[in-house]
Parts: sequence; structure tokens; C-alpha cells
Amino acid sequence: MINEFIQFSLTPILIGILAGISCAVPGNFLILKRQALIGDAISHVVLPGIVVAFIFTGVISTMPMLLGAAGAALVAVILIEIIKRLGKIEPGAAMGVVFTGMFALGVLILEQTDTSKVHLDVEHALMGNLESLIWLKAQGWQSLFDLDVLKTLPDELFRIIFVCGFILSLTVIFWRWLKIVTFDEEYARTIGIHSSIINFSLVIITAIAAVAAFESVGSIIVIAMFICPPAAARLMTNKLGIQVIWSIVFAILAAIFGYIIAGYGPLWFGSENSVSAAGMIAVVSGIILLLTCMYGPCRESVGQKKD
Amino acid sequence: MNTFVQAMLFQAGYNVALVTVGAILLGIAAGSAGTFLFLRKRALVSDAIAHATLPGIGVAFIIMIWLGGDGRSILGLLFGSAITALIGLFIIEWIPRRTRLPEDAAIGSVLGVFFGAGIVLLTVIQTMSSGRQAGLESFLLGSTAGMLFQDAIVIAIGGFFSILGIWIARRPLTIVSFDKDYAISVGYDVRQIDLLMMGLVLGVTVIGMKLVGLILIVAMLIIPAVTARFWSNRMDEVVVIAGFLGGLSGYIGAVLSASAPSLPTGPIIVMIAIVLFVLSLFLAPNSGVFSTFIERRKTKSNIHRRQGLLTIAKGENVVSSFTRKLLANEGLSRTDGLTDKGKKLVTKILIDENRWIAAKEVYPDKDMNINYGIKLIEETLTKDELLKVDQYIKSHKFKSITYD
Repeated sequence: MINEFIQFSLTPILIGILAGISCAVPGNFLILKRQALIGDAISHVVLPGIVVAFIFTGVISTMPMLLGAAGAALVAVILIEIIKRLGKIEPGAAMGVVFTGMFALGVLILEQTDTSKVHLDVEHALMGNLESLIWLKAQGWQSLFDLDVLKTLPDELFRIIFVCGFILSLTVIFWRWLKIVTFDEEYARTIGIHSSIINFSLVIITAIAAVAAFESVGSIIVIAMFICPPAAARLMTNKLGIQVIWSIVFAILAAIFGYIIAGYGPLWFGSENSVSAAGMIAVVSGIILLLTCMYGPCRESVGQKKD
Repeated sequence: MNTFVQAMLFQAGYNVALVTVGAILLGIAAGSAGTFLFLRKRALVSDAIAHATLPGIGVAFIIMIWLGGDGRSILGLLFGSAITALIGLFIIEWIPRRTRLPEDAAIGSVLGVFFGAGIVLLTVIQTMSSGRQAGLESFLLGSTAGMLFQDAIVIAIGGFFSILGIWIARRPLTIVSFDKDYAISVGYDVRQIDLLMMGLVLGVTVIGMKLVGLILIVAMLIIPAVTARFWSNRMDEVVVIAGFLGGLSGYIGAVLSASAPSLPTGPIIVMIAIVLFVLSLFLAPNSGVFSTFIERRKTKSNIHRRQGLLTIAKGENVVSSFTRKLLANEGLSRTDGLTDKGKKLVTKILIDENRWIAAKEVYPDKDMNINYGIKLIEETLTKDELLKVDQYIKSHKFKSITYD
């Protein structure tokens, strides 16, 4: 039983947790800066990026795909900015134009190219393949200390560990700046912080998180994880530091419970097949948000009407 | 090419013609409904609504199977999707009202969570109907390939009724999107009208799902509206233009996709809309990028010409090299002073300058600084106002500026 858990469930849960944290941490700042939907836009343009990368290289391999996705995210952010300024259009609509347009282009190119031999399709991009990231060589807990067996862990795990560590350390290093820019751009300017650089870096970090998480868990989870854990955390406290910690806790809870319910829940109801883990993690994060909306200690803003 | 022309003339078979008519009607409905959404700055709410339809489709399918049906009845699926979209819409409204989270956080969370739930249900259905293709995935990206006759009919009729609904509700919708405070003051219930608008958007979304897919239906709501905004500043015109652009995208897209089966209908319609958007962004006569650029250069030259001429007339040196070049190129000045043409223009500008100064004294409450020094005063004041200004200049109270 334990052995089976380690072989089939440990790595997906770990990857789910790390992907969730990678998205939730930058999500805190996005929500406070009212840019929550940039994560939504970025996760939509990952598909065209991957398709274009596939056309250029002709193979499905990780590095070109990640680069293509990151490139597409960058192009999207720049296009949104250009359309906003050139056309004097409000940010939401500019985003809507850009990401739907790029997504449509991605689907069109995908339909035109012969991808029948390789596993590249829209559904895969949306749902990810969390369940397939297994660790067959593992034999019980002692495998965690066996270097040779550890090497057989899926590459996705190492990548998401790297990205999650990168995002966490950047957040810690630039904490003071992030905090000041998030709450008071004017003040930040007067003390010499270039808020535009911080803002742009935040978008880049968001893109990195989206792309890395997307690879293993798919787009849906990315959107949910950018917003639900930090939004729920926002209703728990008034302190930014504690809010970030809450968001990490919520992301971990969502990943663990989501995966377990998806994998084992159907068995309790007598069904043999599991359901989408990525989808279920998104649902659990939504339930957490719903609970905090109803019972979170800091759910109301000062003077908000109660009804 | 032959099929293309046939499809264009609605001659490529009954189903293709129906799909084309459906795409046109849907495009018109989405374009005009989207305009209100865009002007209320709530464009992305439609994205959440669209994603929130997915669990409804799943639940409806499962219930229909339970009841012993086929599960693929389009009306049942659309009904189910409307229910969950409505729940999603309610939550988007509820979260910012009840908590301190902003609307964009509410939109994003509903989008992600409902879509996640939808994906979970799709995997449930895959295992339920083992061996039998449910074909619900076609709702993600839309498809016309396997479209049944009844699907096309539903889209065409639904599109027609959406347009009718927008037509009937156009007045309150316009007033609320244009000026919320005014709408409140004349007794409209803004929340109810917003709900009505969202209801229309929801209707368009649900109907368009089968054709363009729930991920891309947002594009049909947003892009034509944003595009139309480049062509007019009048609300009623923007709605009509957006409807026209939406219908045009739907028509061309459906025809292209009928003549080349590898082009899926939804994405190709969106790409046509994007092409129209990019063209308008650059080429629109008043607010396009090119005309704005030309207008700006004109204004810059106007200011430099005027100030340069006045400086020379005063007998001072023009410092800016841009101004000097401009005056020389236009034959207004030489190294030794103004040309005859330049002198003529100075006289004209002096009259205008005096009129501006006088106008400020005659109408001290009027804010005219926006155009002072840039446009001629005739373009700012009415004829009667100008007459009054001229009378004031002739009276002895005003001391005109003159140069020799």
C-alpha cells in the first residue's frame, strides 16, 4: 500500500504542491495590484507558444517547448501593453483581444501541422498529465535515500523544484521592494525604486510560473492557483507576509486533497477509474476560497455593507 | 476555390448554408452585446461565464444518460450550461459585494474553478460511456464538422432571438453603459440592467459554444466591440458597427472553413476578427494609429510655426532648430527675416492672438487653454461669440499687441 503510494502518488502530489506554490506566491502581488487576470491571459497563450516551438524544432522536447511558451507569454504581455497604449483601450479588453487571438492562432496552426504522430493536442495542454508522472523504481520510503533510484524521478519534478525555489528566493530577496511597489507606487518612486522594473519582473515571474506549472499540470490549474489561494489568503489576514504564507498553505492543501479525492474518491463510490487530478485540485482551491469568503476573519473591507 | 464561391453564395449544401447563417447571426449578436460589456469595462466577465458553462454541459449529459436518453441533445446541454454559467455569474457578483476581493479576482477564480470542475466531469463521462464517444470535447473549441441539423437550427434561431433581445433592450443598455450616474438619476435600476446585459451575453455564449467553442466565444464578444470603437464615438453607431464586424467575421470565417475542412470554424472566425481589429487599429480615420500620428505632427508644426513667426515678428531670435527648419522649408522666413508670405501669415496670426487674449477677458469662465496657440479661434468659438470678442477689441478697453 505504502509502496504503491510512493510509486504512483508521491511525485504527482509533490509536483502539484510545488506548481501550486509557484503560482500562488506571485498571485498575491497580482491580486493586490488588480492584475489577477494577467495569469489567465498568460496561461491561454502557452498553447500557441508550444505549437510554434514544435514547428521550428519538429520534435516534442521539453526545453524548446518551455522556451516557446515563455516567448509567447512575453509577446502577449508586450502586445497587451502596445494595444493598451496605441488604441487607448482598457486593460481587460486589451487582454481579451490578445489572448483569444493568440489562442485561436495556436489552434489554427496546430490543425494545419501534422501532429498526429506526436502527443500534442489542445486537451492535453488544458488538462496536463499529472497522473502519468510516476516513480516506478521506488520501493518504499528507503528509496528516498537511494541516489540511483532518485535519479529515475520524472524530470518534471526537478524542473518544478528549481522554478519554485527560484520564485521563492526572488520573493524573499526583493521582499521590501515588492511590498512597497505593491501598496504605494508613488512612494516607491520618491524613494528611488523603479516600480516599472518591479512590475515587469513580476509579469515575467508570472510567465515562468505559468509555463513551468503548465508542463506538468495543465492550464486550468494554473489559472486557479494564481488566484484562489492568494485570494483566500487575503481574507485571512491584513499582513502581506502572513498572507503569502497562508496562500502557500492553501496551495499545499488544495494539491494534496485535490489529488487524493481525484485518485481515490471514485473508488469510494465504487468506480474503478480516477478523475482528472488537475481539475479536482482547482475545485478544492475553489472550495477553500468559498469557505474563506464566508468565514475568513478579514473578509470584509472597512465599512463594507453587510447583507 | 469553387467550394469557396459556392459557400459564399450559400450554395454549398443545406448544412453549410445553415452554419453560415448561424455564424452571421451569432457574430451580429455577439458583436453588439459585447459592445455594452466593453463599455461597462467588464469584458472579461464573459470569459468567466464562458468557462463556467463546461460543468453544466457535463452535468446535463450525465443527467440525460441517467434518464435513459442519448445525452447529446443540444437543448439539454445548452440548458445545463446556462445554469452553471448563471451560478458562476452570481458568484462573480457576490464575491466583490460580500468580501473585499476585487472583481478581477472573482472573475479569475470562477473561471479556473468552474473549468476545473468541468474537466473533472468530462473525465467522469469518459469512463461512464466507455467505448461510446460523447463528443463533448467539441464544446471546448467548437466544431462544425460533426454538426447536426438540429444544432445549426438552434444556433440560427438563438442568434436571431439574441439580436431581437438586444434591439428591444437597446435604450436602457445604452444609457447605463454610457453614463451610469445619469441612468440612476433618471430612475433606471443599474444592477438589474447589468444583469440583463449579462443575461444577453450568457445567451450568446451558450448559443455560440457549439460553433466557436467556449474558449473562443469571448473573442467574438470583445474583439468586434473594441474594433468598432475606433470607427465612431457615438454609442448607437458603435453597437451597429460592432454587430456588422461580428457578422462579417462570422460570414467570412464560416465560408473559409466550409471550403477548407482543415480550418476549424471557431479559430478562423476569431482570426478574421483579429485582422479587422489590426486594420482598424492602424487605419481608422479618427483614432487609428496613423491618423493620430499625422495629427500629432500637424499640431506640433502648427505650434512651432505660430511661435516662430511671432518671435521673429518681435525681432527676437528663434532658438529651436526645428522651428527654423520648418519656417525655411515652408518659405516663411529667410536668414535675413520674414518673406512676404511669412509677413502675411504673421498679420493673420496677430489678429488671432489678439482675439484669444480678448476672448479670455470676455469669457473668463470658459476653459479655452486647450486650443490656445494651437488652433485658430474660429474653430473654438461660435460666430456670435467671435463677434462679441471683435467688438471688445474695437472698444477702447482692449490694448492690442502690435509689432512693426
